[in-house]
Amino acid sequence: MQVTEKKHAQEAHDDHGHGHELAHHFVSVEQQHDAGNLGMWMFLTTEVLFFGGLFAAYTIYRYKFEKVFEQASNILDPMLGAINTIVLIFSSVTMAFAVRSAQQGKSKAIVAWLGATIVFGALFLGIKYGEWKHDARLHVFPTSDFNWTWAREKHAEGEHGHGHDSHGPELKGFVFNSPVVPANYIESDSRNPEAKQAKLFFFLYFSMTSLHALHMIIGFGVMAVIMVYAWYGYYTPHYYVPVESVGLYWHFVDLVWIFLFPLLYLLGAHLGAGH
Amino acid sequence: MSTIITSAPALAPASKEPGQGGGVDYLNHETSIASWLLTLDHKRIGILYLVAMSAMFVLGGFYAGLIRAELITPKGDLMSSDFYNKSFTAHGVIMVFFVLIPLVPASLGNFMLPLMIGAKDVAFPRLNLISWYVYMIGAGFTLVALIGGGVDTGWTFYTPLSTTYLNSNVLLTATGLFILGFSSILTGLNFIVTIHRMRCPGMDWFRMPLFVWALYATSVIQLLGTPVIAITLALVGVERLLGVGIFDPRLGGDPILYQHLFWFYSHPAVYIMILPPLGVTNELISTFSRKPIFGYSMMAGASLAIAIFSFIVWAHHMFTSGLSPYAAMFFSLLTFSVAIPSGIKVFTWLATLFRGSISFDSPMLYAYGFIGLFTIGGMTGLFLSTLGTDIHFHDTYFVVAHFHYVMVGGAIVGFMGGLHFIWPKMFGRMYPEFLARMSAILIFVGFNLTFFPQFLVGYLGMPRRYHEYPDEFQVLNVFSTAGATVLGVGYLLPLLYLPWSVFFGEKAGRNPWGATTLDWTHTESPPTPHNFEETPVVTGEPYKYDTLFNKESALAGH
Amino acid sequence: MWDFPIWPEAASTVAPSVEALYLFIVALNIGMTALVFGLLVLFSVLYYRRADDQVPPQYHGSMLLEIGWTAIPTVICLIVFAWGVKVYAELVVPPADSMDVYIVGRQWMWKAQYPGGQREINALHAVLGKPVKLTITSEDVLHSFSIPAFRVKSDAVPGRYTTLWFQPTQAGVYHIFCTEYCGTEHSRMIGKITVMEEGDYQKWLSEKAELGDALQGRKLFAKLQCVTCHAGESQARAPSLEEIHMKRIPLSFDKGSPVAPGATVLADENYLRESIRYPSAKIAAGYQYPSIMPAYDESLVSEDEMFQLIAYIKSLKKGQTPTRNEHTTTPTALGAPAGRP
Repeated sequence: MQVTEKKHAQEAHDDHGHGHELAHHFVSVEQQHDAGNLGMWMFLTTEVLFFGGLFAAYTIYRYKFEKVFEQASNILDPMLGAINTIVLIFSSVTMAFAVRSAQQGKSKAIVAWLGATIVFGALFLGIKYGEWKHDARLHVFPTSDFNWTWAREKHAEGEHGHGHDSHGPELKGFVFNSPVVPANYIESDSRNPEAKQAKLFFFLYFSMTSLHALHMIIGFGVMAVIMVYAWYGYYTPHYYVPVESVGLYWHFVDLVWIFLFPLLYLLGAHLGAGH
Repeated sequence: MSTIITSAPALAPASKEPGQGGGVDYLNHETSIASWLLTLDHKRIGILYLVAMSAMFVLGGFYAGLIRAELITPKGDLMSSDFYNKSFTAHGVIMVFFVLIPLVPASLGNFMLPLMIGAKDVAFPRLNLISWYVYMIGAGFTLVALIGGGVDTGWTFYTPLSTTYLNSNVLLTATGLFILGFSSILTGLNFIVTIHRMRCPGMDWFRMPLFVWALYATSVIQLLGTPVIAITLALVGVERLLGVGIFDPRLGGDPILYQHLFWFYSHPAVYIMILPPLGVTNELISTFSRKPIFGYSMMAGASLAIAIFSFIVWAHHMFTSGLSPYAAMFFSLLTFSVAIPSGIKVFTWLATLFRGSISFDSPMLYAYGFIGLFTIGGMTGLFLSTLGTDIHFHDTYFVVAHFHYVMVGGAIVGFMGGLHFIWPKMFGRMYPEFLARMSAILIFVGFNLTFFPQFLVGYLGMPRRYHEYPDEFQVLNVFSTAGATVLGVGYLLPLLYLPWSVFFGEKAGRNPWGATTLDWTHTESPPTPHNFEETPVVTGEPYKYDTLFNKESALAGH
Repeated sequence: MWDFPIWPEAASTVAPSVEALYLFIVALNIGMTALVFGLLVLFSVLYYRRADDQVPPQYHGSMLLEIGWTAIPTVICLIVFAWGVKVYAELVVPPADSMDVYIVGRQWMWKAQYPGGQREINALHAVLGKPVKLTITSEDVLHSFSIPAFRVKSDAVPGRYTTLWFQPTQAGVYHIFCTEYCGTEHSRMIGKITVMEEGDYQKWLSEKAELGDALQGRKLFAKLQCVTCHAGESQARAPSLEEIHMKRIPLSFDKGSPVAPGATVLADENYLRESIRYPSAKIAAGYQYPSIMPAYDESLVSEDEMFQLIAYIKSLKKGQTPTRNEHTTTPTALGAPAGRP
């Protein structure tokens, strides 16, 4: 190979006083920044494929069991889903401001904006918790407790006037305690193939939203760590790639929800027409 | 064409004398256990992987020995059916996931990549170390499941058998493999960013060694394919835990969906296994014939083409599963598309050897073995991509023979060639050449004796994963087992002489083979901790032997 | 000991086609291998390194060669592909006059049912020169039914039917293998198919005589109350099942949604099975969604019984549907001894 030698690049230890700003194996700040960014984009690609497997399973079963999936989707509350979507979009806005602050070298602002992002994220999860509590009462968790006959009946009651709402389920450990399903409902389900199909919908619903929620919680952890570093002035306009990376990650998490919401909540919804 | 004198005088070609460097290298500058287990140096991480994978290879080989021993007789008299089924599952899981997938990228790739592109390390050294720990943890989980109790689903975990019908350690194995997948993803991610961003000045894309192109194509597959198997394994685990019917027809699910999801990863996975050894072979053929690889751009393009096409052929594993005939025809046609770039590579090597100056050092013997066995393996794939014949061959020993030809005769032999090639660079020592040549020949002969009879017994109809078989298949099985013992000896020798050479081998010079890539011409053997004292600047293509040997090219104008 | 086979028997009409294709690909394999090995050896002899510092001319490439060794393999591959499709078409399209035999696989045995009601375990009998179509399913996990001598194979998938067909050309006994790993005794899920002359086959059939599949199906039809709605009267609450096998049925709903006008479905075995397991999947024209027909799962109708019901429905001719209060005699064509209902 035809090669000539070049003098050792001095910039690594030159003008930037902070030693941590350039890792020793990079030759320049630009290279480090580009590498970090590309790395996060590559990681997000794997996440697309990861969620993609679930989306593929969902698509196939949606096609196979069209009507039942529609009925099951109608049990979910699109209003809460829509509110959650707005909440997440706001959290992405605050995240964008956090990255902007990092670019401008405003350390305390980074902490504030990241904190706001976490607050919005927590609000999202809180609303989700409420939704799941309601779902448990309807027996749509895809466990052995699942009952489609019960779910449809109680959901219809809930819409047209109030059924017995007095005792909501309590959370014991990781399990909701819901009212016990009478035997005739179990019998009715066992004779109905559509019950299994509905259970499949709810399985996909819970696994996709749980996976999403897990990604949010991991995001909180990473943001908290970055907040601590930011508080101590670790990030400068020359070195803020971790903040940028977590920003990319968070926007991705938001984007996944924007796909989940219509696919899970809005099946067969003829917006504007009655139910 | 002018000659350019390279400035460092120690670059005399084929210099077997020890190089400069003052003796401080990446091996001896720190020697505590902690300095190894907490290293951020890609070279040390490559060696950590090498040791781990060698151990796994021995374990997987042990199970192979059990299988071949049982198959000497038609009756299942050596072990119970249950133990046999657990053995072939363990053999498959260990060899596929813990040996073949990470084989070249994690060891040779980790070691060579930064050296070949003039970088001091990979883009994310800490992530690199984490990858190794993730590999070890995943291995731990899986081995606990496989050995302490056993899994008997076959490495393919087809549903509903794996989700509903077995009370074995499927969940633990699925978890272990799920964790392991992240090791593969993170390595792929690291390599992609490294190749994009860390090339030294002057190294354009078309000046990279072809091994780097192969690693790049492999990393793309690792990045895109592995998450799908991860989610598939997660779904299998959840189905077992929650009794939801994703893949179980009794609960409304579809067992064929599992096969689609599984093979969507597992087919590209086999190209993860073969692309890097294809890349290694480029380096070997070029170096040991002292000619540039014929048609560099086509070779680079062929690697990328294989990576892309690998994603659109998965259902050729499912031709008898009840696919619609139209789907079957579609996938059959696309499968042929993958054969073309592979053929291009073989022809290219032959053209490279034409009018070369060929030497037969042991790495070259392995390269020859690779070309021969990969050709046979690839060509026998034609029987399987062709619909009319695949129906007969599906799930017989013919398929077993085909994939062993490409995975063992191809990937493992290619890896051995690459390992022997960079051994002097890695450890600054030469191994005993005579023993190395013996091993290469024993492996080639033993391999053919083991697996060629399996083509024949597969054509006769002997199904795979059979503990017992009809009497008329016995003679061919006995041949196969006999070959396996020769193969075993062939593998045993390097396991002995390679570690021996680290301490007692003859010291090697900077560039004993006369190669032209940066890793040979600009680093010591073994390299210093930071690889390059000064950042190299590249001004021309790789594989130019006339400048390395200070000769005018014999044919002007080329 | 040296008397072992290397070549499987070719005992069906399709086998020679598969063999011919196989031999062509073998020739390609031998050709390519000889070329590669030969050139490797030749070049090693001609071009071995003669001096330590020898450097050969540094060729870089040739567009002509690149095009050549891309185009020629592409053409060869297309030929192999096309020939493969031709043989595949022979393998998957059964002749119209094939005899139907039903196969149910389960851990770890094969159950076969003949139209005349005969049953076998791990064995099949077939007539020399007559085509047979196997309809295959599984009761539990994936299996795969394979007869290497006939070059046929098809997976047994729980939850649906798959088919394969063959026409034997040589009398003898041949292996049946399960070729999809299915658990502990997978390698013992094997059997034998015996191909006989017509006369011997009829003898064998009558020795194993039982009430025919269709007659059994008729009994189920009554026992499971199908006759309540699918009765022979004019105001039946359900569509008539007479002569519907392999007809195009106009639909009104598919998967719960209204269909485009004129949409139909082919009433093959898979459709009949689905209509019994999950009646609301497809609704015939003139009826509503959801279906008022109850769903019959494995606990109510096993896979064996399903085959019997289907055999009965296939046999149902115009005017033969039983009425709800039937006093008519069972048609003797179904095999019932004369005079008994």
